[in-house]
Amino acid sequence: MVERLDVDVAIVGGGTAACAAAVALRGHGLTVAVLEKRRCGAGASGVNFGGVRQQGRDLRELPLARRSRTLWDGLSALLGEDVEFEVSGHIKLARSEADLADLEAYRLAAQEYGLELTMLGANAVHAELPWLGEKVLGASLSPTDGQANPRVVGPAYARLARRLGAEIREFTPVTGAVATGRGFEIEAQGLTVTARHLINAAGAGGGLLATAFGETVPVTPLSPNMLVTEPLPYFISRSIGVCGGDVYIRQTRRGNAIFGGGHGWQDVELGFGRPTAEQSLDGMRRTLQLVPSLAQANVIRTWSGFDGQMPDHIPVIGPSATTPGLIHAFGFSGHGFQLGPVIGLILAELVTDGRTPSPIEPFAITRFRDMPTATSAEAAHTEH
Amino acid sequence: MLDVAKRDPAIVVVGAGPAGLRAVETLAAAGLRPILIDEAPRPGGQIYRQPPVGAERPARDLYGFEAPKAVALHRLLDRLGDRVDHRPDTLAWSLLENRLDLLSAGSFDQIDFDRVILATGAMDRVLPFAGWTTPGVFTLGAAQIALKAQGVAIGRRVALVGAGPLLPLVAHQYLKAGAEIAAVLDVTPLAPKIRHGLGLAWQPATLLKGLWYTAHITLAGHPIRFGVKSLRVEGGARVEALVWTDGRGREHRVACDAVGASFGLRSEAQLADLAGCRFTFDAVTRQWQPERDPEGRSSRADVYLAGDGAAIGGADVAELAGERTALTLLADLGRPVDASRVALLDRRLARQRRFRAALEAAYPFPGHLLDAVPDDEMVCRCEGITVGRLRDTAKVREAHEMNRLKAFTRIGMGRCQGRVCGQAAAEILARTLASEPAAVGRLRGNPPVKPIPVKETL
Ligand SMILES: Cc1cc2nc3c(=O)[nH]c(=O)nc-3n(C[C@H](O)[C@H](O)[C@H](O)COP(=O)(O)OP(=O)(O)OC[C@H]3O[C@@H](n4cnc5c(N)ncnc54)[C@H](O)[C@@H]3O)c2cc1C
Ligand SMILES: Cc1cc2nc3c(=O)[nH]c(=O)nc-3n(C[C@H](O)[C@H](O)[C@H](O)COP(=O)(O)OP(=O)(O)OC[C@H]3O[C@@H](n4cnc5c(N)ncnc54)[C@H](O)[C@@H]3O)c2cc1C
Repeated sequence: MVERLDVDVAIVGGGTAACAAAVALRGHGLTVAVLEKRRCGAGASGVNFGGVRQQGRDLRELPLARRSRTLWDGLSALLGEDVEFEVSGHIKLARSEADLADLEAYRLAAQEYGLELTMLGANAVHAELPWLGEKVLGASLSPTDGQANPRVVGPAYARLARRLGAEIREFTPVTGAVATGRGFEIEAQGLTVTARHLINAAGAGGGLLATAFGETVPVTPLSPNMLVTEPLPYFISRSIGVCGGDVYIRQTRRGNAIFGGGHGWQDVELGFGRPTAEQSLDGMRRTLQLVPSLAQANVIRTWSGFDGQMPDHIPVIGPSATTPGLIHAFGFSGHGFQLGPVIGLILAELVTDGRTPSPIEPFAITRFRDMPTATSAEAAHTEH
Repeated sequence: MLDVAKRDPAIVVVGAGPAGLRAVETLAAAGLRPILIDEAPRPGGQIYRQPPVGAERPARDLYGFEAPKAVALHRLLDRLGDRVDHRPDTLAWSLLENRLDLLSAGSFDQIDFDRVILATGAMDRVLPFAGWTTPGVFTLGAAQIALKAQGVAIGRRVALVGAGPLLPLVAHQYLKAGAEIAAVLDVTPLAPKIRHGLGLAWQPATLLKGLWYTAHITLAGHPIRFGVKSLRVEGGARVEALVWTDGRGREHRVACDAVGASFGLRSEAQLADLAGCRFTFDAVTRQWQPERDPEGRSSRADVYLAGDGAAIGGADVAELAGERTALTLLADLGRPVDASRVALLDRRLARQRRFRAALEAAYPFPGHLLDAVPDDEMVCRCEGITVGRLRDTAKVREAHEMNRLKAFTRIGMGRCQGRVCGQAAAEILARTLASEPAAVGRLRGNPPVKPIPVKETL
């Protein structure tokens, strides 16, 4: 027998944003069901680099990132679990004059959004990071950025949502959803849910669900290649990136150096990513140039994930243009971890008030209206 | 131009133990030139491991009854010469689609294979008990390797603990090497060994050897104590004593300066996992193993499995399975194979399976040790994770599955990536939840199979 569930809001996907939305919606007294194909917080939300970074974001994302950043300070307290959030600061290194000019231009622009960045000259950077193996010309420091443990955040949100009374259903893939006029009927494995509102937070799978409502969007999977060393004596005090983005590295409290570079292999059918040896070795080579002391280290694990990427590298956030009551939040394009907490709030605001104080216009799904829709009919019937 | 259609398929065998060696022999006999990869410097695998060049000792001393088999296998590659592309000192650290990634003598390399035989063997199964991380506690395998590779014992006065046929063997080897034995403790009961004695007669020679080792150590004044209920190592900087309770709950204490302890074997199946082979949980040996049909095929058409790497069978089975699997591969390539040889191997393997079933029944999984282990004992020494931490996390933070337990506690995130601690953690999790290890799943596999040095990329 298929179980039936009737709620105010059904959420497809159980990533950080989805579970944060469930928490916020319970705060408004609404009934909520989270329908997750696998386990909550085990998709991109659970396997990412853990960068809680504002610096370098698309300026259109900055207001959201700024608001999210205020939430990170209280996150461990809210969730009742240590998410290992540390304000280590984020340093972005410039290796050419052009890089330097880019950083300075970004600094000025970011100021408009209240993000204060400090330019460091070559001497200052090398004094700050004496272990750097490559000569850099300068850097931009974002003192309020940091890092956290992604494995903990999503599941902790899910558990809090459950404690607050949300229905959290794992191993419950959604196979179809229709608007009924009064709301939605959602078919999941072993479960039919009726809901007044539907939130599409299905990550890389968000495009499929949107297509079912006649909104075709070009989401492609994104699988950054990640590596981790055995624990090392603590020395990488900041989270580090470089202009161009081909190296990024941080060190955990435990001492493991985590770094990334390149993109892995994907099984699009199953929806997962894996690292490739070539990318891992390239990443090791590049990172070693920047951090020569890694020569003493061993890589003990490499991994990847599966995020949704939009052609313009910013997500889709906001109400559906075809179906009242449907709200999208997917396609975070490799940088949605930091945004997770605020996306939860924004989604709850959109459900309860129909609007949000955060400027989400740039993320409207309608920006893809004129894209070709060749595969829409096919995709609508694909079960995922 | 190269005639691509006619080129010989690239066949790779990983593991130069009994299984892998017999496999390359069979492939070479059919005119193929297989590539044989092993991280060890010399062929032989686990049981027939060779001492380093320059430290050789007589085979009879090293391998006892098995010396002729060991010598035959060691000479096999010399005999085959250039017909096998042997790559010793080479770790296969990743496998994706049809590519194997290798690390040898400080450089990274890749091979694209058409078919691969994974003959990666097994390692000791480690279970925690009070004081097991005290310096001077080793696995039985390490105790054996110390003897075989270095010709030294792990201590002056040694207590040996086990849950399988390795225990009487190692005890016998230690006695022969002149070591002083403090105690020989079997944590599984005696009754099932008597009950399944008849089944063990499927391999009379093996049974006799086991009885001989047991008789030898008994006559030397160290009868095996069966049904040991709990263990505790005493000592700080070094093992000082082993305290154990017998089947009736009485406590005993023996002074010793080293302990060799392990509890059966577990398959080294990471490459099969990376290859995407389907795994199932084996309820008898309580481990996840890659599925393998009786002819050596995995669930993936171009990946074959032989020897202990897919299910524990012992060295003789590994030899048979290596040959059998190579014949399967040849048949799958459309090459002629000797049907009567295949039938003979299948009969022998079937007989071995009946023996194995009796052996597993004679040595049931010693789960009681995990109930007895105190909360403050380590499970994972790389990450310093205690048994109590796992038990608490399972209950308080709803970690009902291994990957979740890992996310919350870091179990399986250290150097060994769960190779050593993973099975113990799964058992502890299942026991805490009053569930089964099959239900708590297994740690997701990712490369590298073993740690790879960053500096070698330069
Ligand atoms: C390797 C890697 C490194 C990254 N590093 C960073 C970083 O340092 N900083 C940063 O800010 N961001 C980073 N990101 C990006 C960030 O992780 C993601 O943008 C963010 O987690 C996306 O969240 P999400 O909820 O949209 O997706 P997910 O966390 O993937 O959640 C979507 C969920 O939907 C489920 N789902 C899909 N289809 C269905 C269906 N039909 N029915 C039910 N459930 C379904 C999936 O199983 C999944 O759990 C990284 C991403 C990756 C992969
Ligand atoms: C500690 C111990 C003691 C044992 N004692 C006995 C005994 O007394 N009697 C008995 O019958 N059986 C014993 N066994 C079992 C016996 O060793 C095995 O049954 C037999 O060796 C299995 O042969 P195999 O070819 O399957 O694997 P193995 O002999 O284990 O050979 C596997 C080989 O693969 C190599 N390898 C694995 N992974 C990789 C990789 N990723 N890259 C490169 N190389 C790799 C290893 O270096 C190894 O040489 C013991 C096993 C262990 C672990």
